[in-house]
Amino acid sequence: MLGVTSRRSSTCCRYAVCLCAVETEIDKPNGGAYDAAVHAERSSDVAGKLKLKRKILDAGQMRRVVRRMAGEILELSGGTERLILVGIRTRGVPLAESIADEIEGMEGVRVPVGVLDITLYRDDLSTIAPQPVVKETHFPSDLEGSHVVLCDDVLYTGRTIRAALDALVDFGRPRTVKLAVLVDRGHRELPIQADVVGKKVPTSAAEVVEVRFKVTDGGNLVVIMELVEEA
Amino acid sequence: MTEIAWQQKDLLSIADLSAAEIQLVLDTASSFREVSARPVKKVPTLRGKTVINLFFEPSTRTRSSFEIAEKRLSADSLNFSASSSGLVKGESLVDTALNLQAMAPDLIVIRHGHPGVPRMLAERVSAGVINAGDGAWGHPTQALLDAFTIREEKGKLEGLKVAMVGDIAHSRVVRSNIELLNTMGAEVTVAGPRTMMPVAVETLGVRAVYSLEEAIRGADVVMMLRVQLERHKKVMFPSVREYFQLFGLTRERLRSAKRDAIVMHPGPMNRGVEIASDVADGSRSVILEQVANGVAVRMAVLYLLSGARQEAGA
Repeated sequence: MLGVTSRRSSTCCRYAVCLCAVETEIDKPNGGAYDAAVHAERSSDVAGKLKLKRKILDAGQMRRVVRRMAGEILELSGGTERLILVGIRTRGVPLAESIADEIEGMEGVRVPVGVLDITLYRDDLSTIAPQPVVKETHFPSDLEGSHVVLCDDVLYTGRTIRAALDALVDFGRPRTVKLAVLVDRGHRELPIQADVVGKKVPTSAAEVVEVRFKVTDGGNLVVIMELVEEA
Repeated sequence: MTEIAWQQKDLLSIADLSAAEIQLVLDTASSFREVSARPVKKVPTLRGKTVINLFFEPSTRTRSSFEIAEKRLSADSLNFSASSSGLVKGESLVDTALNLQAMAPDLIVIRHGHPGVPRMLAERVSAGVINAGDGAWGHPTQALLDAFTIREEKGKLEGLKVAMVGDIAHSRVVRSNIELLNTMGAEVTVAGPRTMMPVAVETLGVRAVYSLEEAIRGADVVMMLRVQLERHKKVMFPSVREYFQLFGLTRERLRSAKRDAIVMHPGPMNRGVEIASDVADGSRSVILEQVANGVAVRMAVLYLLSGARQEAGA
């Protein structure tokens, strides 16, 4: 299933316009957009119609954006002391790992990366059915007094982050919590803003921002897909 | 990880579940286990949902396990027990069901002495119904937590040799466990005194033997069943001592199982009757893990059913 941060019903990377598993090799030369299109075509028979609209970041651009984000995080938190990156499942996790890689490259220190599943804290559990799959949450170290940077691939309505903040406090009391997202696509429904943004992308509600990572999807790529209502 | 969606309104019997659904419950339970290890052991997931625990038979363990699971998910729960319910005042079961329905609960957990009562209730209420044991018929959440424990210890269920020893005929744990283990591809052998073996037990898809040694030879899992002393003394076997000599699990006897075999017991156990104390407390015993896992499995079931119900009501 692809990371879809899309229609209102699917603010997390779940069901949504459930896209089939990715077996396409996105990494061939100029292959990204092409494969996304192939994928969109394939997923169209699964649910709704998703058409590739625009490529936002290719693998090289994505790497540079993540590197800049890592720099900004270091600047904001004044170094790596007590810093914990917490990736929100699913695609916040590879983002957090990539940022940790970049930080290690700059500072020579491996920052711990936690994994947060926000399913149990969603505010729409009673309106969606069936229940989304619950996955594990784990933190590498104590959150008490730490500087947490929540990482997610796409910031949209803000509801995922609201849930993540609720979840975090059940694990301890961080000294500060900051938010880093690769793509901010607007359309907020809650008063939440990111501290570190990879790229701001104006979108319409019919569009879907897809972020792909090598570990989860076989390649690094950000694209906008358009949801075409079926007749 | 299989990503199928849970569609069932109730959990009445393991036989109603596919292998993929069983897998989903176990995978979900595995995520929920972490909640019980947190400093704040509570998630807001079932906030605003009402769960009724309807226990027509005494049960401390199962009821508290459900209650803890409900509380850790933030559900509002209330308990009806046989002594305080209308049944003793002559209310029919159907009327009890309709009265409960009128209170609009989201889920009902029921334990009853007669098989089929949970199903009857499920047909009459819109709430999801969870069978917490109906007579000697079934106890699906126990089977799920046993399977979860085995999977945690052995990493799989498929191809494992499981021996169940004791009161095969009257244990509510047996049938659900057999159904589940067969569905997941494990090989089950049952053993017990002839008075405690049901007629034609092989039709359940198990091998039946009449000696403990034979049952546990080469087994990966040895599941001892409780002798219901309060019910069967003097009826099913001559003496407790004789039972222990023939069917009690001792350290000696456990040697014929695989070297890494685990020992399970659904509780409450009679030390020195079906199981020797040193085995129950030994390194291969996972009896207390079963109890801990029970909470996680019941959280998973409550979580999955509460979503399916929404759809049924939509």
